[in-house]
Amino acid sequence: MKTASDTWFMVVRQARNLMREPIWIALILIQPMVWLILYGQLFKNVTKLGGFGTSSYITFLAPAIVVMNAFFGATWSGMSMIYDLDHKIVERFLAAPASRLAIVLSQIVRSALTAAIQALVILLVSLALGVRIHTGVLGWLVIILTAILVNSAFAGISQAIALLTRREATMIAVANFIGLPLLFLSSTMIARAQMPGWMQTAAKFNPVDWGVKAAREVALPGTSWGTVGFYLLLLLLLTAVTSAWATWTFRAYQRSL
Amino acid sequence: MRLTSPPMDAIVVDELRKRYGDVQALDGVSFAVREGEVFGLLGPNGAGKSTTVRSLVTLTTPDSGSASVAGHDVLREQNAVRRMIGYVPQDSGVDELGTGRENLMLQGRVQGMGGKDLRARTATLLELVGITEAADRIVKTYSGGMRRRLDIALGLVHRPRVLFLDEPTTGLDPEARVVMWEEVSRLAQAESLTILLTTHYLEEADQLADRLAIVSQGKVVVEGTPGELKAGLRGDAVHVEVENGVIDEARRILATVGAAPEQVLEGRTIVSRVENGGRALPGIISALETAGIPVASVSLSRPSLDDVYLHFTGREFASEDRAA
Repeated sequence: MKTASDTWFMVVRQARNLMREPIWIALILIQPMVWLILYGQLFKNVTKLGGFGTSSYITFLAPAIVVMNAFFGATWSGMSMIYDLDHKIVERFLAAPASRLAIVLSQIVRSALTAAIQALVILLVSLALGVRIHTGVLGWLVIILTAILVNSAFAGISQAIALLTRREATMIAVANFIGLPLLFLSSTMIARAQMPGWMQTAAKFNPVDWGVKAAREVALPGTSWGTVGFYLLLLLLLTAVTSAWATWTFRAYQRSL
Repeated sequence: MRLTSPPMDAIVVDELRKRYGDVQALDGVSFAVREGEVFGLLGPNGAGKSTTVRSLVTLTTPDSGSASVAGHDVLREQNAVRRMIGYVPQDSGVDELGTGRENLMLQGRVQGMGGKDLRARTATLLELVGITEAADRIVKTYSGGMRRRLDIALGLVHRPRVLFLDEPTTGLDPEARVVMWEEVSRLAQAESLTILLTTHYLEEADQLADRLAIVSQGKVVVEGTPGELKAGLRGDAVHVEVENGVIDEARRILATVGAAPEQVLEGRTIVSRVENGGRALPGIISALETAGIPVASVSLSRPSLDDVYLHFTGREFASEDRAA
């Protein structure tokens, strides 16, 4: 109970701080649109290769861009933890009976909340660009949920790395190191059928691809809810594992004090 | 708790030890703080003051030893301790991107407060530390002094019994420091608090602390009221600076005129302690002159905490603080 209320008040604080940075708000809203419009235009004709399940590349791309954006956002989520460590905000919570779990969870929840808002923006822009999510409103909700899970799963990893390294430069290096490879080892931008065999195999173990599969499944015709549920469950389990890891690294941080 | 409890110790520290790598930060720290008093931990940077405080506020787990705060064991009843204490760390802990009021409200929430009580308490504290006007401004825009006041208010939100102030005036200009001293004394009264403060300013300990402990190299070397510590030195300090090479000769002569050397600083200043400096000085100078020892300078001082520090640690406070 204390964990839930502490998490809530800490999320409110972080969200309020973000709202006070107008440039950040602009970026958070504009960046996903840039992805959608640039990639959508650049690879427009790629659907002619076949295996995309639709002739409209942007319809194929939009749900995956939601997932990609949630993933990228998550790789940076540890930066905010490093800020709080550096400014001794974490220590102030630790010297008070604040829920230890809430200190970590609030970072993940804030990160996921941001991803959900961005997901909504991308979906609205997609709608304006003519994208129709096949399963309608339910599909929108599933795509937003997918964004939340993908973001939480990777935010857990990002928080753990932040707590282990406690250095912004290391964070940036790690985010760059895992960002693009995981993106290209997924069917985000291209149909699975067009990927080399070994990449198809590698993608099976890539949580970014799990999210892309779930989101695209509800966006395109021929939705299999079993497939959607399966990948969402995988993401949920991964989120539990990475959150537990982040919590464990937080204990290690406490012991180092 | 009994209704008529006798004055008890608000803080009891027993043989705390803590090692970081090859640095023995705490080497058996022991002291006790009585309820309602302002207690100072005085020592140079790196003496172990902050590590002591961090152990008492449950941030750091000591390797061995025990301690209790407000009757609760800091190792076994951590959350009970955390509810009873306010902690004002050396380097803030304020969220610069939030307003003063938001910082206070969040701290109250985390302490389990809420609703009308928290709002009223926040307003009272903002008034008490004098930042009501700036309450709804982002902390980034605060001056150093205002930020320090907010720090202290943050430590007081939940009406703690014991307040820990780690270097409360470091980084403030001398004027702001004096204001802060008044503030701390006033708060101790208004909130009937026990305060443990650490400082590396001798005059700060002298001004603020009812009692103090001098900490050096992870240990308490002496404990008492500033008056007791100074009185314990009996008499005035005479500093005689002679030229190099004649130091042993000078020491021997000083001993014969009742000014037995206590310490030698930087190889050429002899510190002696005499009952009445004014009366002893002519005899000291003439004895040295008769022996043909060239005297570079002589000075006389009433006992100060500086002398207390020198007496108990064998080191000059200022030079040790610089070295740290």
